[in-house]
Amino acid sequence: MSEEVLSAPHIMEFPYTRSTGPVVGAFLTGLRDQKVLGYQASDGRVMCPPPEFDAGTNAPVDAAGLVEVGAEGVVTSWSWNPVPRDGNPFDRPFAWALVKLDGADSSILHALDADRGAISTGMRVKVRWAEERVGFINDIACFEPA
Amino acid sequence: MRDVAIVSFAQHSQRREDSRNEIEILLPVIRDALAPIGLKTQDMGFTVSGSTDYLAGQAFAFVSALDAVGPWPPISESHVEMDGAFALYEAWVRLQHGDIDTALVYSFGKSSPGDVGRVLALQLEPYLLGPLWPDAVSLAALQARALLDSGKATEKDFARVVARSRRNARSNPFAQLQGDVDEAALLEEPLYADPFRLHDLPPVTDGAACIILAAGDRARELSDNPVWIKGIDHRIDLQAPGSRDLTVSPSTKLAAEKVGIPADVDLAEIHAPFSSQELILIEALGLDESKTAINPSGGALAANAVMVAGLQRFGEAFNRIQAGDGKNAVVHATGGPCLQQNLVAVLEAGK
Repeated sequence: MSEEVLSAPHIMEFPYTRSTGPVVGAFLTGLRDQKVLGYQASDGRVMCPPPEFDAGTNAPVDAAGLVEVGAEGVVTSWSWNPVPRDGNPFDRPFAWALVKLDGADSSILHALDADRGAISTGMRVKVRWAEERVGFINDIACFEPA
Repeated sequence: MRDVAIVSFAQHSQRREDSRNEIEILLPVIRDALAPIGLKTQDMGFTVSGSTDYLAGQAFAFVSALDAVGPWPPISESHVEMDGAFALYEAWVRLQHGDIDTALVYSFGKSSPGDVGRVLALQLEPYLLGPLWPDAVSLAALQARALLDSGKATEKDFARVVARSRRNARSNPFAQLQGDVDEAALLEEPLYADPFRLHDLPPVTDGAACIILAAGDRARELSDNPVWIKGIDHRIDLQAPGSRDLTVSPSTKLAAEKVGIPADVDLAEIHAPFSSQELILIEALGLDESKTAINPSGGALAANAVMVAGLQRFGEAFNRIQAGDGKNAVVHATGGPCLQQNLVAVLEAGK
């Protein structure tokens, strides 16, 4: 009798795909092309990142109407993260920042690569693009002082 | 609307449950809530829980927690992936249907085995926020900075909130952090998650809570001094933290307007896991600290079992009204990053 052990391949998988949808998808595709897109809401404010629905009217946002905002802006708030975790943009203590990009009226969250003592609300920062961009929020590697 | 009252409450929380799992923590709490009213699980018209499976790291972990209730013969049951306070809201709505008279609400959370700051990142919007894994402390710290920058509060105000919590928590046997602390000494501590010092953060807590609701005459049968829910409402703010003014809480304000907070409210139990958030919520609730006792239990800064701390606010207010510390109370619970979703209720003593 053979001593052969029966085996069969088993692949752990997540056998379906998710779409990021027309608005988030357009925003992420923009990042891939080094463009940051926002949405001019019904109250006139430009929201970046763009929401999927208008907060004033609840109407779905039309991705065709997205507008480009700047890749530079100002810090509207920041905090220090003393405990970096798996998946964070940095593996050392670093700052989080809310950044209002030029032309936008709301702020986007990302990491800020600057010394803690050099950071202040109102400071000007700019996007540091990732070298390889795939249409993901990490296409922005972080913000850095402008 | 049908009158609904809290007729019983039980809780447990401690810093770290080394040996007991969630079901074992929950079991005596549910027993303790049922005992004073002499009812069993099977007597309840409805059972609903609030918890998050992400703490256990297991899909449908909340289903196994039903073993602490004893769901056989089959019971009518529901669950929210939220704090137990929002489960209580569901029970209140269910009681409005009029065909049942009692409901059991429970919640549980065992945070100590994992990194709760990271677990809470899983509740974030999954494309633009989630992939960066911002932890709950970092996000609350962004809100605290915005509050400081606005000039509405100072670090001294944060320290005052912490000192009050520690002081009030001395009488709370379920508090993890309590004592007489000097506000000036707090400010001498180093910054941690700048602008937060370590004491601006809640403790890691394992715990469970259970509340029994009853409607109308059934409440009067079950308790000599039921505490009535005079109003309850919950509202939500925009999802993206960067798209709203973090120094205010419009959803809390709107919920407070809907329930109608009495001008002479004696005490408030506010679910503010971070010191800065208590200041934002006091303003949104329109409370006067000289007239209303704020968080006599110490609040979530003293004990913060995730998914339990909101339901505990109901229970703590219930206990104090029953003890005669006040005739009425405002209760608040929150969920999501930077106070995204907020529930407000008014409780009142009465036959």
